[in-house]
Amino acid sequence: MNLSLETLLQLSIALPFFAVIAIVATGRKPNLREGVSIGTGLLLFYCVVKLYNGLKQGADIQVQWLEIIPGLGINFHIEPLGMLFALIASFLWIITTVYAIGYMRKHNEVKQTRFYSFFAIAISAVMGVAFAADLFTLFIFYEVLTLSTYPLVTHAGTDKAKAGGRVYLGILLSTSILFFLMAIISTWMVAGSLAFTAGGVFAGDVNLVLAGAILILFVFGIGKAAIMPFHRWLPAAMVAPTPVSALLHAVAVVKAGVFSIMKVCVFIFGLDLLAILPSTQFLLYLAGITVLLSSLIAMRQDNLKARLAYSTISQLGYITIGALLATSAGVIGGSMHIAMHAFGKITLFFCAGAILVTAGKSKISEMQGLGWQMPVTMIAFFIASLSIIGVPPGGGTWSKWFLLMGTMETQQWALMVILMISSLLNIAYLLPIPLRGFFPKDSIDRSAITVNEAPLPSLMALSLTTVACVVLFVYPQPLYELVQAILNTPGVTNGQ
Amino acid sequence: MAHLPILQVILPLLAAPLCLFLKRPKLVWLFACVVTALTFTISVLLVQQVTSTGAISYELGGWAPPWGIEYRIDALNAFVIMVVSGLSAVVLLAARTSLENELSSNRQTYFYALYLLSLTGMLGILATGDAFNVFVFLEISSLSAYALIAMGKDRRALWASYQYLIMGTIGATFILIGIGLMYQMTGTLNMQDLAERLPEVAQTRTVFVSFAFVVVGVCLKLALFPLHLWLPNAYAYAPSIVTAMLAATSTKVAIYLLIRFTFTVFGLSFSFTTLPLNILFLVLGLLGIFVASISAIYQQNVKHIFAYSSIAQVGYMIVGISAGTAAGLSASLMHIFNHALMKGALFLALAGVMYRLGNVQLKSFQGLGRQMPLTMAAIVVGGLSLIGVPLTVGFISKWYLVVAMIENGWWPVAILILFGSLLAIIYLWRVVEVAYFRAPNKDNESVKEAPLGILIPTWILVLANVYFGVDTRINVQIAQLAAENLFGIVP
Repeated sequence: MNLSLETLLQLSIALPFFAVIAIVATGRKPNLREGVSIGTGLLLFYCVVKLYNGLKQGADIQVQWLEIIPGLGINFHIEPLGMLFALIASFLWIITTVYAIGYMRKHNEVKQTRFYSFFAIAISAVMGVAFAADLFTLFIFYEVLTLSTYPLVTHAGTDKAKAGGRVYLGILLSTSILFFLMAIISTWMVAGSLAFTAGGVFAGDVNLVLAGAILILFVFGIGKAAIMPFHRWLPAAMVAPTPVSALLHAVAVVKAGVFSIMKVCVFIFGLDLLAILPSTQFLLYLAGITVLLSSLIAMRQDNLKARLAYSTISQLGYITIGALLATSAGVIGGSMHIAMHAFGKITLFFCAGAILVTAGKSKISEMQGLGWQMPVTMIAFFIASLSIIGVPPGGGTWSKWFLLMGTMETQQWALMVILMISSLLNIAYLLPIPLRGFFPKDSIDRSAITVNEAPLPSLMALSLTTVACVVLFVYPQPLYELVQAILNTPGVTNGQ
Repeated sequence: MAHLPILQVILPLLAAPLCLFLKRPKLVWLFACVVTALTFTISVLLVQQVTSTGAISYELGGWAPPWGIEYRIDALNAFVIMVVSGLSAVVLLAARTSLENELSSNRQTYFYALYLLSLTGMLGILATGDAFNVFVFLEISSLSAYALIAMGKDRRALWASYQYLIMGTIGATFILIGIGLMYQMTGTLNMQDLAERLPEVAQTRTVFVSFAFVVVGVCLKLALFPLHLWLPNAYAYAPSIVTAMLAATSTKVAIYLLIRFTFTVFGLSFSFTTLPLNILFLVLGLLGIFVASISAIYQQNVKHIFAYSSIAQVGYMIVGISAGTAAGLSASLMHIFNHALMKGALFLALAGVMYRLGNVQLKSFQGLGRQMPLTMAAIVVGGLSLIGVPLTVGFISKWYLVVAMIENGWWPVAILILFGSLLAIIYLWRVVEVAYFRAPNKDNESVKEAPLGILIPTWILVLANVYFGVDTRINVQIAQLAAENLFGIVP
């Protein structure tokens, strides 16, 4: 099969979307249905890898779908940052589907066909976000992502799920319509273009106060980046089944948020303009406060998924800081952290789900001594935690390294201190879980415990992502090169 | 071809009494459907003609204007005629099935006759270029609408119809008084002629009074806050088909009248510079959006929810007009088209629920997400369009409206408009949550999907919501052409 790169691009958005038909059609035969999901996942990943190779060889891949309003339409264009996001999301979709097979069946979840269908639509939307050539296209897929994940968040159908879904949809839709759309329309009016352009779209003599206000609208409007005070939707989304929390609320949805912020910073404002905007400083501190506060809140959570959710909010803050620092190191660190955090956090969620379906435990206080029952899971948890904290042998080491360098280059000493304190807090809220798992406070009779791990598909999935965390530490070169390519795009780093 | 402007008014007018000869409901329905389909075809031809060759002037009976009555079709009314006749045709498709449970078969003949009469009235208002003719057709459409509403199964329909009758008559009388005063000052009833002669006498108190009467009268008909009180009950207790038809068409006609009188007859400078209509409309429009949206949140009857939502949507159109720019006006015109599609789809979906359950109380919606998946999906998509989610027509309206506000430098208004969307999320999600998260109650367990007779027209409109949200050539370009023409005519 020799498809053109443009076709592959369109396929990567259309494939998961049309897979829904096959998923619904095979709804009565679970094995076949999950086969469809995994098959689509593999095909999708194949497409994305082909695109990646094309991009590496310097191909300029763009597609125009249609024009909705004169001058505004659905357009796609592949650049390294979007490529990175698409690679992560499509790869982890396969893994998550494998994991979900074990989890959903063991947990006797209902309406699994609906679950896999909306999951596929969400992935399709993520691909759209990743490859969007302008803000308008990005916004459309951003909203599709919000709406398609709503049925997943409320999957359980209970009152708690309904309340969670209300907060989820309420915050994400409100911020996107009130601030994000407003920011987009304002950009359209001020700059006359919404296309992602190296070096930004604003003219050199743009009113700095106005542009600064638009930046604030963007950062608040992209609610998926979970900058305080619009972060509440993420803990609320934890009522969803664990595979959803793992892929969507540790990887796809939240990364779509920080990815959008990164795109806006680099390709709408441009690093030069961003560095001199009056509001950048304020937003940096706001992101810093988000990092610190959510780490502190995470410490107080006894529910494992809630703790992980607040940890995610904190880590998203890192990426936002990276984008707003407006330096090469910041962009590299932030973009790398998109990948590093994805692999680390998805592993942690996989572990949380494995513990829930196997041992029936969701509270951290009840997990003492669990390591002897679920050794693989707990070791995976330990390694992934190291990656999130940012110490070897976890891939997170590299991204945090660059982020710290970025704060030093720009002499943001306060932010540097915040990042370091937060890393210490990460240790304090993540590491005790596996450590207490193996060395509980009260001594236990180990001979009475038999090893009882999660279903095999789930176990395989979480082992694989753990290995990926370590591989990203040992061999970060391809990732680094891809991220470096963002900065090599002509015009991105003109002034530096 | 030359007679198209009158043909589309005459056709339903002549067809209405013919309905009475066809006794069998199915036959009448077929006949009425053919008539509305023909009217719609004519309207599409008119739009084509107007966009290619410009405004058409048709002299009724061969008498040259301003002595004779002139029918004048320009981009503005061709556009609204297309919306009204198109929606009437689609809504009527659902009528036969929907009426089975809502109207005894011996009265159905009258229903179709009245429906066509009401359509005649609306098309007449839209097509005519004569101010007095407007009043005549207004009465035709209103009187038939009162009768249609009174046909509702619920006894409260009579009271709702009576309320509407009183308010509507006051509105029509005001319009008549306004027209009379204009005639007194200028001696003409032709709109083009009026537009030329009124500026000479613009500074007289009589013209001011006439303007006030006309504007208040029209605002009564279009249910602008605070003159909206007749609308919720009229919508809620009328037969479902009537609700869908009224919601999709009748307020649109009133908005058209408002635009015609303020922009063409009195002229932009008189309405917006001599008199502070823009401030007035801006404030009332915004108040309408918020008061009606918040009222919608507290309603227990789903028809009431969407009725209040309609009042809020009228608010958006009025805000667009208040900008006093071509951009604002074209946003309002687009919203006429888009809102007709949304509310048509939503009220037809409700007709499906009404058919199966016999009521549309919110609490009866329990578990309908599973029992009537296609009908509820229609409400969700229609609702998303109402909120203004991308890829639906609602988004297109919101986009242009906000852009128009920012062009005027009205940043706070732009934010308030977007804020109004959030209120729409709240009242829609109440319906969604009840339908999808509550288990069906005892009565609902055996409820089946709505019959195809209602489902198909509903989904035609739902898909139109999506189609025109992506392919915006018709709704955006014609609206912009119409708005630019108006600003070209009246400097």
